[in-house]
Amino acid sequence: MSKPSRKNPAACEANPFAPTPLEKSKRTKELIAQGILAGITFLLVLPVFIIFAYLLYQAWPALTLSFLLENPKEYMTAGGIWAPLIGTFFLVLISLAVAAPIGVLAGIYLNEYAGDNWVIRCINLAVMNLAGVPSIVHALFGVGAFVMFARMDRSLLAASCTLAVMTLPVIITSTREALAAVPMAFREACWNMGATRWQTVRTIVLPNSISGILTGVILQVSRAAGETAPILFTGAVFFTPIPDHGWQSFFPYGLGDRCMALSMHLFTLVTQVRGVSEEMQYATAVVLVGLVLLVNSLSIAIRVYLRMRKKW
Amino acid sequence: MVTALNTHIRFENVSVSYGPKQVLRNVSLEIPERRIFAVIGPANSGKTTLLKCINRTIDFVPSAKVQGRVLVGGEDVYRMRNVYQLRRRVGMVFPLPVGLPLSVYENVAYAPRRAGIHDRHQLDEIVETCLRQAMLWDEVKDRLHVLGTRLSGGQQQRLTLARALSLRPEILCLDEFSIAIDPLTTMRIEDILRELKAEKTIVMVTNLVQQARRLADYTAFFSAGRLIEVNETEIIFTRAANRLTERYVLGDFG
Repeated sequence: MSKPSRKNPAACEANPFAPTPLEKSKRTKELIAQGILAGITFLLVLPVFIIFAYLLYQAWPALTLSFLLENPKEYMTAGGIWAPLIGTFFLVLISLAVAAPIGVLAGIYLNEYAGDNWVIRCINLAVMNLAGVPSIVHALFGVGAFVMFARMDRSLLAASCTLAVMTLPVIITSTREALAAVPMAFREACWNMGATRWQTVRTIVLPNSISGILTGVILQVSRAAGETAPILFTGAVFFTPIPDHGWQSFFPYGLGDRCMALSMHLFTLVTQVRGVSEEMQYATAVVLVGLVLLVNSLSIAIRVYLRMRKKW
Repeated sequence: MVTALNTHIRFENVSVSYGPKQVLRNVSLEIPERRIFAVIGPANSGKTTLLKCINRTIDFVPSAKVQGRVLVGGEDVYRMRNVYQLRRRVGMVFPLPVGLPLSVYENVAYAPRRAGIHDRHQLDEIVETCLRQAMLWDEVKDRLHVLGTRLSGGQQQRLTLARALSLRPEILCLDEFSIAIDPLTTMRIEDILRELKAEKTIVMVTNLVQQARRLADYTAFFSAGRLIEVNETEIIFTRAANRLTERYVLGDFG
């Protein structure tokens, strides 16, 4: 009874909200654009899943806890990957202990203190170029600078330092970006009240950029863990016997010792040793990729957590 | 006129340029102690730059070049050994509200803490006084530990004002302080400013010509980086010597 058509039949004939031809074509184009963009994005993610699923499938029989915790035995055709695993752990840990403080402090200087003059521009250029240097060149630099010049010999320390040099420019850049994301107005407000630059950095800038800085540093963990070239000539070896049991198996390498590393171990298993089962090769790869994924997920989790606490 | 009072801030032939762009041209000006001094003028006339010279925050503009002398209390600001001390003596409020990403309490206690005040009672007192002076106390007294960035724009602007007052500065510079504040609160803050001038020198940049007329004892008119005219506010508004000034205060521009 109360239908508008009864009261006003003229308005019912032409729906005033009906899309015009122009609007229709806009809507179609919007749908096509969205479809293409989404399709390409999903296509990108697909290889990651396929690679990981295939690795898991191939490695499944060999993936046991004892595979992780045992040392390689019988010319690496049996046993597990404990020695290279703990070697990679220490390599990454020491390289971060060297690179993170230097990188973060340099990033703070470049973003918060340095003016715009030719020296700073040169440094910026150097940092950018350093980030683009291939890892094998870093390896040669490591041999020259740490192994030979600094007389570290081929050792855990030399390999870690080489990794540190490789990760340093990226840590500097990500630190700078995180700091630059803090609005300039905050700094100006502090300076206006007579706060020094350092007071401003310590009380306002750092607490609000620490999530970005941490993310940058953690992402370098996975990069350092996966690299083979820089440690190949500077400290990693095919095989070195380490204790099987007790606390010594957790601290098997001294700073001056040569060590095993996961990426190197994978290379060895696949190309250098005969009679290694395919499962073991795949299982090693799964551990390496799994570690990288784990660390990256951790960094994402930290970022999400800290972003929820974001203050502006 | 101005010279009859003690001069607090003196500009002597000050010229400022940002790269090739000159924003202040040979400005000489005396700002008397414990009065409200308004600076008016069209956009790009160098009003904000003038304020930035007083506490040397102009140093943070990378390309800025300052010539001439600025004296605060008879001392050349570029000869002062401790620029941080100078900035504590000059409270500065810029037009865009900035709540630091700290609690409301810590926003106001920030500067006193950095200046070495750590006594809890003393800080409590400073925070309450400053928030009251900025007309914010009643709105935030129950949520002093809420983040300053969570306040509304107008509240953040008053928070900025409270922060500027937190070190009991002898000079208060206000750049368009009322831009984000509702008219009623603006009126109340204006009353506070009238009280504050008993102990502080207040320099305010404003685009609201009538605000200058209401508040200021003296008014300076700037145009294109030049000081066109400075005099008692009443004279500027009724018997301006310069035709430009007259047209500007009457709203007869363009």
